[in-house]
Amino acid sequence: MKRDNRPVNLDLTQFSFPLPAITSILHRITGVILLFGVGFLLWGLDQSLESQQSFDALISLLDGFLAKLIVWGILAALLYHLVAGFKHLFMDLGIGETLEGGQTGAKVVLVVAVVLILAAGVWVW
Amino acid sequence: MVNPATNYGKNGVQDWIVQRLTAVILAIYTLFIIGTLILSGDVTYAGWKALFSLTWVRVFSLMALLSVLAHAWVGLWTVSTDYIKPPMVRFLFQLFCGVLLFVYVVWGVEVLWGL
Repeated sequence: MKRDNRPVNLDLTQFSFPLPAITSILHRITGVILLFGVGFLLWGLDQSLESQQSFDALISLLDGFLAKLIVWGILAALLYHLVAGFKHLFMDLGIGETLEGGQTGAKVVLVVAVVLILAAGVWVW
Repeated sequence: MVNPATNYGKNGVQDWIVQRLTAVILAIYTLFIIGTLILSGDVTYAGWKALFSLTWVRVFSLMALLSVLAHAWVGLWTVSTDYIKPPMVRFLFQLFCGVLLFVYVVWGVEVLWGL
């Protein structure tokens, strides 16, 4: 079979990505971030439960700017992944499966996620 | 058709169901932890320790951790088969993910039961 004439355009920088494609790739990126985020959270849980001393040390560590930034980053990834995940579950129930519904869903995910991430930032600081 | 050998379940539908079930468990657990932290205000060591001494909280946490294992495996399998083309590199990445997730589970048991 001759395949030479098939148009090939895999230069990703040339694509114009629709909004649902962007929310989808963000879902994947935040998922990969959370693979490592879980490690940080487990370490924090370990420190928080080991003893009064390690608990106090963790609390004072969380006063630092870098620590707050890391916590906010993990929370941001978690909240985005959670909101985008809810959209998936809704679509599994047959809600918003049309082209228009998919675009509305992507907008809702972005708006809700941004609001929650900003709220998380306020909460952390 | 390619017969997938490294996915979580026996087939794609099983992976799909595992992904959804564990997602629901993780969503409930996340809301439980965030809700507890917001509602309790300033957390003390005694209160926090008491919470994680409850058997159901420990079991719920372990359930969440096992859900992370399955959920992340399905997710990272999907992502790695999409983007990592060389079979050896993909295998090593999946091996790394599997080992890391296994370590999380063992570490989590140690933390939760104070071993």
